[in-house]
Amino acid sequence: MEAAFLLLSHPRGEGRTPQLLPLGSWDWGPRPTDQRRASEQALMTGSIPGFIDVVMNFNSPVLLEDNLIGQAKAAGKRVIFYGDDTWIKLFPKHFVEYDGTTSFFVPDFKEVDDNVTRHLDTVLKREDWDILILHYLGLDHIGHLTGPHSSLIGPKLKEMDYILKKIHISLLSKEKEASLPHLLVLCGDHGMSEAGGHGASSVEEVSTPLLLISSAFHRKMGNLQPPKHVQQTDLAATLAVGLGLPIPKNSVGSILYPVVEKRTMREQLRFLHLNSVQLSRLLQENVPMYEKDPGFQQFKVSEKLHGNWIKLYLEGNNSEVLLNLGKKVLKQYLDALKTLSMSLSKQVAQYDMYSMMVGAIIVLEITILLLLSTPKALCQNAAFEIPLSSSSFSLLFYLMVLILSAVHVIICTSAERTCFLCSISWLMAVGVMMLISALLCVIVALLTKTFENVRPSAQNLAASSSGWSELDLLILFGTLGHVLSLGASSFIEEEHQTWYFLINTLCLALGHEVFRNHFLGKDLDHNLAVEQNIKKNAKNVLQYKNDYVDVPETSKIYKASSSMELLPKVYEKWLQLASPWFILICCRLLRTLNQTGVQWAHRLDFGHWLTSSDHKIELSVLTCLSLIMIFVLVQRRCSSVSKVAMALGLLGVFCYRAAIGNVLLPWQRDRKSISKGIIEARFVYVFVLGILFTGIKDLLKSQIIFADVSIKSLGLWDIYNGLVLLAALLLRPHNLPVLVFSLLIQAVMTKFIWKPLKHDAAQVTIMHYWFGQAFFYFQGNSNNIATLDISAGFVGLESFIEVPALFLTVFATYIGPILWAIHLLSFLSSENNRSSAISHASFCYALICSIPVSAYIILVTSLRYHLFIWSVFSPKLLYEGVHLFITATICVFFIVMDQTNLIKP
Amino acid sequence: MKILRPKDVKTKGMRQINVRGGSQRVLALCLLFVHFESLPYGERLQGSTMKDADIKRLFYVHIFCIVSIILTTFIPSFFLEDFSVLETHLTWLCICSMCVAIINVVLYLQVKPNPSSKRSSIFHKISRLLKSCVYFFISCLLFHAIIVLYGAPLIELMLETFLFAVILSTFTTLPCLCLLGPNIKAWLRVFTRNGATSIWDNSLQITTMSSVIGAWLGAFPIPLDWERPWQVWPISCTLGATFGYMAGLLISPVWIYRNRKQLTYKSR
Repeated sequence: MEAAFLLLSHPRGEGRTPQLLPLGSWDWGPRPTDQRRASEQALMTGSIPGFIDVVMNFNSPVLLEDNLIGQAKAAGKRVIFYGDDTWIKLFPKHFVEYDGTTSFFVPDFKEVDDNVTRHLDTVLKREDWDILILHYLGLDHIGHLTGPHSSLIGPKLKEMDYILKKIHISLLSKEKEASLPHLLVLCGDHGMSEAGGHGASSVEEVSTPLLLISSAFHRKMGNLQPPKHVQQTDLAATLAVGLGLPIPKNSVGSILYPVVEKRTMREQLRFLHLNSVQLSRLLQENVPMYEKDPGFQQFKVSEKLHGNWIKLYLEGNNSEVLLNLGKKVLKQYLDALKTLSMSLSKQVAQYDMYSMMVGAIIVLEITILLLLSTPKALCQNAAFEIPLSSSSFSLLFYLMVLILSAVHVIICTSAERTCFLCSISWLMAVGVMMLISALLCVIVALLTKTFENVRPSAQNLAASSSGWSELDLLILFGTLGHVLSLGASSFIEEEHQTWYFLINTLCLALGHEVFRNHFLGKDLDHNLAVEQNIKKNAKNVLQYKNDYVDVPETSKIYKASSSMELLPKVYEKWLQLASPWFILICCRLLRTLNQTGVQWAHRLDFGHWLTSSDHKIELSVLTCLSLIMIFVLVQRRCSSVSKVAMALGLLGVFCYRAAIGNVLLPWQRDRKSISKGIIEARFVYVFVLGILFTGIKDLLKSQIIFADVSIKSLGLWDIYNGLVLLAALLLRPHNLPVLVFSLLIQAVMTKFIWKPLKHDAAQVTIMHYWFGQAFFYFQGNSNNIATLDISAGFVGLESFIEVPALFLTVFATYIGPILWAIHLLSFLSSENNRSSAISHASFCYALICSIPVSAYIILVTSLRYHLFIWSVFSPKLLYEGVHLFITATICVFFIVMDQTNLIKP
Repeated sequence: MKILRPKDVKTKGMRQINVRGGSQRVLALCLLFVHFESLPYGERLQGSTMKDADIKRLFYVHIFCIVSIILTTFIPSFFLEDFSVLETHLTWLCICSMCVAIINVVLYLQVKPNPSSKRSSIFHKISRLLKSCVYFFISCLLFHAIIVLYGAPLIELMLETFLFAVILSTFTTLPCLCLLGPNIKAWLRVFTRNGATSIWDNSLQITTMSSVIGAWLGAFPIPLDWERPWQVWPISCTLGATFGYMAGLLISPVWIYRNRKQLTYKSR
């Protein structure tokens, strides 16, 4: 409930006595807006910010939309501002004088207001301004701290009262000499809930008082009418008309009629005409069938009547007829405005619920299907069949299709608004209905089957649940906790914290496991270990029986690692013990590289230090070291051809960075020629494609000629290395250490944790997924569109070409998850004794990615009127959608790899 | 709870009070109970009665700990000006950890379940004491390192982070030191799955786990934008650890009572 005083010298008013116009509380409805920014945006533009704006402007802090302040500046008005510095971010060059108060430190509710009030005395005496905006934050802070019933509220309101009085008196004294009256607008930009917060859509939070005080208004004696509800967006239109400015283009508000009530009929009609022309233009832009809109028709009618009225007026007719006609036109205009405003607001603020529900249902059904088939998919043969045979299910299926089609027809014929599902062809719609009902039938069939089998498997389940290790519990609760955290906007803004926290805990749990494995495995848990070993052996035997492919020979790739085994065992033991701690330290270092999120984003991070122009030499050295490290880490698994290609490619990356001026080459210290580095980048692309091609060739060979398994894994590693090279090219200059640490952690985990501790495929998969997510944030991403690095889409391209640019941008954004997923595949395929591992992994990967997404879709659907929907939830939905798409691609790749395994005789 | 006390018990208890003289009344009362429960006549009774007595003793000790932690939140305000848990958090942290440390040392020395049978020399005792202190300090440093690895700032707010590490060590390492002594092997045994066999081992395991989990959960509200005073680093974590510890103190007697069949009486 910040108090914003808007002081405007009213250019056209002429009245005698100071008046108070109680317009009462206004309503800014369940409106998709970003808290403080958006409330100011709504005040000044009269429009409702939408998701598309966010994507188009890449969340630039400057308000680019047509707005009141911009119009005022264009018209040569001098605007002065004191208060919350969000305004200065929104309007950086619009104020002739300003003093921003940072609202960062909430517990302070005195200083923030004193900072505004101290300017008041001088500025009220001056004559050199047209608009004065004061934004008082103290009340908001008190509300956050202690709630609306605090004892601090009373004195604060008294203080505000005093300030209001002071302004009013000084304005009145000024008015004696000036011809034009002033307008004093007192309003809050949002309300306060019972707890003192705001952001939801309860009545207390979305309605605040609006008070217009001016000598131009006439005093109504005695009967004080109860205040009326008006929309927040109406203020922009009213103020624009009052100041003689054009109404902001995208404003959906209609002028507040009581403000102009006392003007001459001609002026009133003129104002209303201006407003309705603006609204009808907006309608024309947004609605294809605008002629049929009732508001537009009313507007046409009233325009015609208006023309008649003016004709009469110009003829000098001053009789009763003119007055009556005028009143009629007025009423017509007001109705037209109301309808236009309504249909425009609906256009923006309403959701296509039907299509949303259908989408959510499909997502939910697939997730349930995945969840239900978990036990079956993770057992040894890793196959799950869909039971569709019985006739009762086909009956159910036809019934469902019929019912859903009927519902579809009913909804589409009765819908007032266009909806996506109704606008696609009916064949497609029927396809969607069939998909829904088929999925439902499969779920029902699976459920009945599991209930039939529940008795024999009950004991099995009990036995398996007791065997859950701490790691399994952590994975389970971590996943659950992450899913739950998606319901809170702050946790979405700070999602990187969740992931860092989870992987830290994972590392500690792994450290505990390694520790126990070394110190206690032998003596105390001896019995247990023996038992487990017996079980494991039994399992292995089973596995051997089931699988026809088992090639327990050591692959060529791990020659290098086998040399490690020559080391004394003591060293290895200590290295193994130290490895989780090493990973923890790596993660801590990576955290300092990029500060993302919202709350702590302003903190200086190492990345900023590196990219500042003073530290170019340090950046060059770091880049050089990182590239060398990447080569060292990658070359162990390369075939000899791709080793050379990799080295040349990494050299090319350095040349590219030198060419675009990120780093310095030692021999050209002072040459300042900066090119786009197209040749260098294309040079690297050639090697990337070459390495990928070698990999694919190996894969095809392993599939067709039934060669060694090792060839296949060699091919996979080559593909992985090609992607690493591409990532090295595309990452931001200071982010190369992220890639290095990612490779390092993968190597350490493989050697010291996954192999010796013999984690099963599901655990390894989920660890990969977690690390992939964490690295998504380590490379500086967040759930905000602003951190998206679009420059990656222009690497090596002369101009903007859509498809490669899109591909490169998406890859550059999701380097972390993609690299970890491909590493998972390569790792599992090079582990010879795990034949069904890849199919397990692909199932787990699909499951673990789809659970948060489906939960999130449902959450967003239910939170669609949340205040943060457009600023927080929608960008996150975009990120999740793209991530899901990538996951699907990766899973297809997994399955293809697995298929080649099965084709072999 | 009403317990019939034989007369000799009472007199012995009273003597204890007299000996302690000026010590707090609550402490004396508690010691009274404790002494009653640890009387040698109990040893004649075998098996389950013995175990029940031990559980009861554990319960009283834990209740006393909880009460004293609650007392630390408002007793100091009588002596210190503008003391409150949230605003002068560091002071409270110091007081609370001191208080818990003293109570742990006193109570566990008093109620030690297995007093070492062999008489050890003074020198040996002092070396044990020194060793314990070193261990405690090391555990503080280790916790500090882990907290920093979890993302606490490295240089700023160092004191806050360190005090958090201290209070966490007080809740976890100190009881271990008191009960098991500076004996890493025993610790390792207690903190493995199925490693804890006696009542005291189990209570140690539960309280330690719950305070660590409490501290872990305490980090969750930090990213929320509620802008409450308790969201400031490290208040939510220390409060989480304290609540976790108190919950552990409450849960462990109950859990042990329900699983008393599986537990052996003597700790190794």
